[in-house]
Amino acid sequence: MADTAERTAEEAPPRAPRRVLDAFLRRREASVLLVALALMVYFRASSDVFLSRDNLVNIAQATAPTAIVAVGIVLLLVSGEIDLSVGIVAAFAPFLLHFAIDYYGVPVLLALVLALALAAFIGLVNGFIVTQLHVPSFVVTLGTFFAVQGLLLITSHAYPVPIPEPVQGTFQTWIGAGPWASITWAVVIVAVFHVVLTRTRWGLHTISVGGNPVGATEAGIRASRIKIGNFMITSALGGLVGIMEAARINTIDPNIGGGTTLTFYAISAAVIGGTALAGGSGTIVGALLGALVLATLQNGFNLIGYSANTIYLILGLAILASMIANQYLSRLRRAGKS
Amino acid sequence: MTTAALQARGIAKRFGALTALSDINLHVDPGEVLGLIGDNGAGKSTLIKILCGYHQPDAGQIVVAGQEVTLRSVDHARSLGIDTVYQDLALINELSVYHNMFLNRELVRWPLLNNRAMKRRAERHLKDMGVNLPDVGVEVAKLSGGQRQAIAVARSVYSDAKVLLLDEPLAAMGAKEGTMILDVIRDLKRRGDVSVIIIAHNYAQVLDVCDRVNLLQHGRITFDKRAADTSLEELTDLVVADYRRRR
Ligand SMILES: Nc1ncnc2c1ncn2[C@@H]1O[C@H](COP(=O)(O)OP(=O)(O)OP(=O)(O)O)[C@@H](O)[C@H]1O
Ligand SMILES: [Mg+2]
Repeated sequence: MADTAERTAEEAPPRAPRRVLDAFLRRREASVLLVALALMVYFRASSDVFLSRDNLVNIAQATAPTAIVAVGIVLLLVSGEIDLSVGIVAAFAPFLLHFAIDYYGVPVLLALVLALALAAFIGLVNGFIVTQLHVPSFVVTLGTFFAVQGLLLITSHAYPVPIPEPVQGTFQTWIGAGPWASITWAVVIVAVFHVVLTRTRWGLHTISVGGNPVGATEAGIRASRIKIGNFMITSALGGLVGIMEAARINTIDPNIGGGTTLTFYAISAAVIGGTALAGGSGTIVGALLGALVLATLQNGFNLIGYSANTIYLILGLAILASMIANQYLSRLRRAGKS
Repeated sequence: MTTAALQARGIAKRFGALTALSDINLHVDPGEVLGLIGDNGAGKSTLIKILCGYHQPDAGQIVVAGQEVTLRSVDHARSLGIDTVYQDLALINELSVYHNMFLNRELVRWPLLNNRAMKRRAERHLKDMGVNLPDVGVEVAKLSGGQRQAIAVARSVYSDAKVLLLDEPLAAMGAKEGTMILDVIRDLKRRGDVSVIIIAHNYAQVLDVCDRVNLLQHGRITFDKRAADTSLEELTDLVVADYRRRR
């Protein structure tokens, strides 16, 4: 049987360019990359300033936070979980930095590590409740969302604070205020975690735990450890994004730079990028492209002159359309492969 | 008397109100193939999962090569040389054949997976076993039931285990493939240093490949004979008689 299959394949060898194209189209990221390029072409045609340096910086700065948080979201979705609290962790983290530096005189780098460690701790709590107390992550992280929001408002008195003195200058530029700072971080983080997901044991076990939880445990994989780890990575990345955004907008504000919007954008980016909510498969590069699509849509329609309110409607429809398209395309892809 | 490679003493296991196993005494000697038979729901898989560290028993002891041990986890049992083919196969559909073959004992060139080495070895092992697969890079989801089973068996056989626990490794196999698995077990037997506990519902196959047969009924081992001393009729009668009695 296998012999016949091999022979037929030999009889009709696909031409090389065709094969390359096939291989490309079979990649999960292909469709979203095409969408991103199409949008770029469209907006370039409709607006002269779309490809200007300043506007590219705008798009880059809008892409980065979503992309970085989406990295964590993809890891969680692949392992069969979700995190709705990551956005509020992002809002909380710059305050942790501020408390450490301004109240306790902690040096900047150490304060950054502390803030990220505390953010990761929130992820640890999420992961612990999900895996040890067997509560669905949707509910758990909804709970932590409100709890952390409460903590944030209590500790900050709901007032913005200036960027701590020692952070200003070089550190602020490098972490997020520089025009290309945040997108550079995003690309590096995406690259690293793409390798983690596709080329390391951690990634393989993340896929296993989400794809077949019972089978993975039978094979001796410690599912709880993988899931808790991914919750911690997600929260830490959320914390980093919060600090980056504070540096960029030059103020630490409890009401912007985080919350549900960031979370929802990140989940959208992950799903537009081709990650299934069912667990077991996902792509981090796709999520970066998904974030790029979201940022481009928002930026482009803004340039064309639509009001912010209309853009939300367009964004919503675009998200629905791309998710339906993705669903359809991945079914086609699956049918084509087997 | 030789020291058993693996022995269970008075093993009991309850799931809530249900007593799956009440008092299991069983052993397999080095190089021996033990057939474990019993009705659906008799508790065979539960026993296997206790012997491989997946479930913790409520009572009783496990003795590995003369040493009493508490199997803390599947990894722990593996480190003692016990490897399992689960009834549900424990394959990850989303992963390639070779990643499944090395699941949780991946070859690593830190920090990265050594995919090339895993691929090469998986190809060799499957070929040695006589499994026909066009490509070990294909996702397991795309394989047939029998192919999946062959991969699960190959994974355990090539794990260098001293004790193999095979929970219905022949269930989805065609006649040819079933023979292939039986041949693999015979090869292991010829090597003489691997013990096997195999669960199967086809008594002819059990008698064919096993040295000894145990019957699991009502949470106990109720029958223990050398394969040479029993017959297809006797095994069938035992099981059916029990069924008649209970009706
Ligand atoms: N995790 C579990 N939780 C609760 N009950 C269980 C669990 N696993 C098994 N059981 C119960 O224990 C009993 C024994 O099941 P087991 O799977 O060991 O049977 P088996 O002998 O392997 O049957 P089969 O030949 O159908 O595979 C069954 O009544 C089953 O419903
Ligand atoms: Mg069973």
